[in-house]
Amino acid sequence: MSEHVAVVEKRGLITPFNVITGLIIIGGLILTVMRFTGGLSSVTNLDNYNPWGFWIGFDLLAGVALAAGGYTTSAAVYIFGMKKYHAAVRPAILTGFLGYSLVVVALLYDVGRPLRLPYPFLVQQGPTSVMFEVAACVGLYLTVLFLEFSNAPLEWLGIKKVARIISKLTIVLTIFGVVLSTLHQSSLGAMYLMVPAKLHPLWYSSFLPVFFFVSSMIAGLSMVIFESAISHKYFHHMMDEEHKKTADQLVFGFGKAASALLAGYFAIKLIGVSLDHNWGYLNSGYGYWFLLEILGFVLLPCICYAIGVREKNKRLIQITAAWTVVGIILNRLNISLVAFNYHLPDELRYVPHWMEICISIFLVTLAVVAFKFIVTRMPIFFEHPDFPDPHH
Amino acid sequence: MDKSRRQFLKILTGTTVAATVVPKAAEAASANKHFEGYPDGLGVLHDTTRCIGCRQCEEACNKVNDLPKPEKPFSDKFVFEQKRRSETGVFTVVNRYDGVGPNGEDVFRKFQCNHCLEPACGNACFVNAFKKTKEGAVTYDASVCVGCRFCLLACPWSLPAYEYDNAYSPVVVRCTLCRPRVLEGKLPGCVEACPMEALTFGKREDLLKIARDRIKKHPDRYIDHIFGENEIGGTSWMYLSAVDFNKLELNTNVGTTPTPKFTAGALGAVPMIVGLWPVFLTGVWAMNKRKEKIAADEKATAVAAAVEQANAEADEKLKAAQEKANKAKEKAIDAAVKKALKDAEKALAEEKA
Repeated sequence: MSEHVAVVEKRGLITPFNVITGLIIIGGLILTVMRFTGGLSSVTNLDNYNPWGFWIGFDLLAGVALAAGGYTTSAAVYIFGMKKYHAAVRPAILTGFLGYSLVVVALLYDVGRPLRLPYPFLVQQGPTSVMFEVAACVGLYLTVLFLEFSNAPLEWLGIKKVARIISKLTIVLTIFGVVLSTLHQSSLGAMYLMVPAKLHPLWYSSFLPVFFFVSSMIAGLSMVIFESAISHKYFHHMMDEEHKKTADQLVFGFGKAASALLAGYFAIKLIGVSLDHNWGYLNSGYGYWFLLEILGFVLLPCICYAIGVREKNKRLIQITAAWTVVGIILNRLNISLVAFNYHLPDELRYVPHWMEICISIFLVTLAVVAFKFIVTRMPIFFEHPDFPDPHH
Repeated sequence: MDKSRRQFLKILTGTTVAATVVPKAAEAASANKHFEGYPDGLGVLHDTTRCIGCRQCEEACNKVNDLPKPEKPFSDKFVFEQKRRSETGVFTVVNRYDGVGPNGEDVFRKFQCNHCLEPACGNACFVNAFKKTKEGAVTYDASVCVGCRFCLLACPWSLPAYEYDNAYSPVVVRCTLCRPRVLEGKLPGCVEACPMEALTFGKREDLLKIARDRIKKHPDRYIDHIFGENEIGGTSWMYLSAVDFNKLELNTNVGTTPTPKFTAGALGAVPMIVGLWPVFLTGVWAMNKRKEKIAADEKATAVAAAVEQANAEADEKLKAAQEKANKAKEKAIDAAVKKALKDAEKALAEEKA
C-alpha cells in the first residue's frame, strides 16, 4: 500500500484536474452563499406552477437511480453468489455512498428550510406521504452505505477491531440495503402517482414505481461498468491483481445482465402504454419524444449490450453503459420536467436557471473530488493485506 | 342567506376547535370505504353566472387577512387583461374569460384553495402539516413545514403559493377559508363582500341542494354539473357554470378519484416488501451458501478418494517391486549357493585326483 501512496504524493498541486475543480468549487461556493442569503428565487426559476426543478429531476431522481450500483453489485456478489465480481463491490459501494450523500446535500439546497430536514422523523410524522417513505428509506440507506463503506477508512486507519465487526455484518447490511433500495427507488416513481392530471399520459402510469425500480437496477449496472472504465484509465496504479484480472469478466457479466433488464424494462414500458391505451398519443410531439426515449435509450442499448457481450467487444459495452446512463437521466428529467405540466401554456413552463445547473455541477464535482481522495488512499481497488474478506 | 348563517352559527355554538386528521390513506385503502366528507363540513358555492368581476371579494380577502396592499387599486379592471393566480400575499383572484359565455359574453371565475375533502396536499406532506378539519377548512401548520413543496406539486389545481424569495423562513400561502372568522361565527371575507350573491357559504350538503335546485329551476342557465361535487373525491368550494368548466380553467380531467387513492397501493406494498424481501434474499443467500458447501464437500471427498487410490496404487507398486527385489535376491543367493557347491565339488574332485 505504501507504494500506492507514494505515487500520489509525487505529483504537484497544480494539475489540470485541481485547477478545474478548484474553479468550479469557488463558483459553487459563491452560488451557495447567494442561495442561502437570497432565497430560492435568487438562483432558481422555480415558481408556484413548477415547484420542483432541475435539482429534483437531476440531483434527486437521476442521482438516486445512478447510485444504485451499490445495492446491485453487493447483492450480486454476497446474496446471489457471483463471487467473481468481488473486486467491484467496494468501488460500487463508494460510488453509491457518495451519490446518496450528494442527494442529501442537494436537498439541503432545494428545501425552503434545510435545518428542518430531520422534522419528518423528530417532530411530526406524515406516514401517509410517499415522500415520508422516500425520506425514511434514503436516510436509513445512507446509514447502511456508510457502514458498508466504513470498512475502507477503518482499514486505512488500522482500526482493526471495528473493521472486523463491520465485515461480519456484510450479509445483513446487504439484505437491508436491497430492501431499502427496493422501497425508495420505487417510491421516487410513486411520488408522481399523485399527479395524473399534470403528467403526460405517456409517462404517467400506475406502474411508475415498478418502472423506477427496474430502471434503477439498469442504471446501477451501467454506472458500475462506466465508473470502472474511467477508474481503469485514471487509477490503474491503485488496483491489485485481482481487480485487474476480473475487470473484463465484470464488463461482460454486468453487460449481459443490463441487456436482459433493458429488454424487460422495454417490455413493461410497452405494456404500460398498452394498458392505459395511450397508443394515440404516440403520433404527437410528446409521442416522438417518448419514442426517442424508449427506442433510442432503452431498446438500442439493450441490443448494443447484447452484441457487445456476444462479440466480446469491451469498448462497445463501455460506450453503451455511458449511453444508458444518459438515457436514465433523460427519463427522470422527462418525468419531472419535460412531461410535467404538459397542459400549461409555454410561458408558464419551467426552464432551469443556469445557476441551478451550475450548483448541480458543483455538487457532482465535490463528489468526484471525494472519490479521487478516497480511492488514492484507502483500500478500494485493492484488498488490504491485513483484512482479507471472509465472504470472499 | 340569513337563515343559513343562523343555522351555521347554531352548529358552531358549543363546538370547540377540534382539528381532526384526515383518514389515513392506508385505512381508506384497506377498508373498501369511500370518505364522503365530514357530515357538517362547511363550504362555498360559487355561481359563476352571477359573478360580475367587481373584485370586491379580492379586496375583502386582502383586508380581513391583513395582506399587503397591491400596487393597483381593486377597482382597476385592467388586471383582467392577464390571467392571474394565487400568490404570496394574494389568496384569491378573479379571472375574466373573454366571450366564452353562451351568448358570447365574458365570464368571471374566482380562484382560491378549493379545500378538498381528501386533500392531495395533506396526503403529500411528510410532516403532516395539512389537516382537513371537520368544519371544512384545510389548515396548514407552518411551524413544522420543511419547505419541500410536494404540496404544490401534488395539488391538482396548482393553487398553493410558496415564498421563494424568503431566504430564512419561507412558508406555503393559501386561502384559509377564513377559518378564524368562521370559528368566531363570521362569514368568510369574500362571501360577506360579494354584492351579487355569487358566493354562498354554508354546510356543503345544503350547498349541493341549493346548486341542484338552481340547475333544476334554470336548466337554460346552467350546465347540469356541479364542479367540485365529485371532482377528486369532492371539494368544499364548488362551482356552477353556464359553460364547459374547462373554459373557466376548471380542469375536468382531474377525475373523481381522491388523490390519496393513487398512492395507497404503492404505500400498501411497503410492509409486504419489508416482510418478504429479507426472507427471499436470505433464502437465496442460504441456497448459494449450501451450494458452495456441497461443492466444497464434494471436492474434499473427491480429493480424498484420489489420494487414497494413489496411495493404494503406490503400495501395490512398492509391493511388486519388493517382491521382484526379493526374488532377484533369492535367485542371486541360489546362484551363489549353487556356484559355491559347484566350486566345492570341483575342489573335492581335484583333491581326489
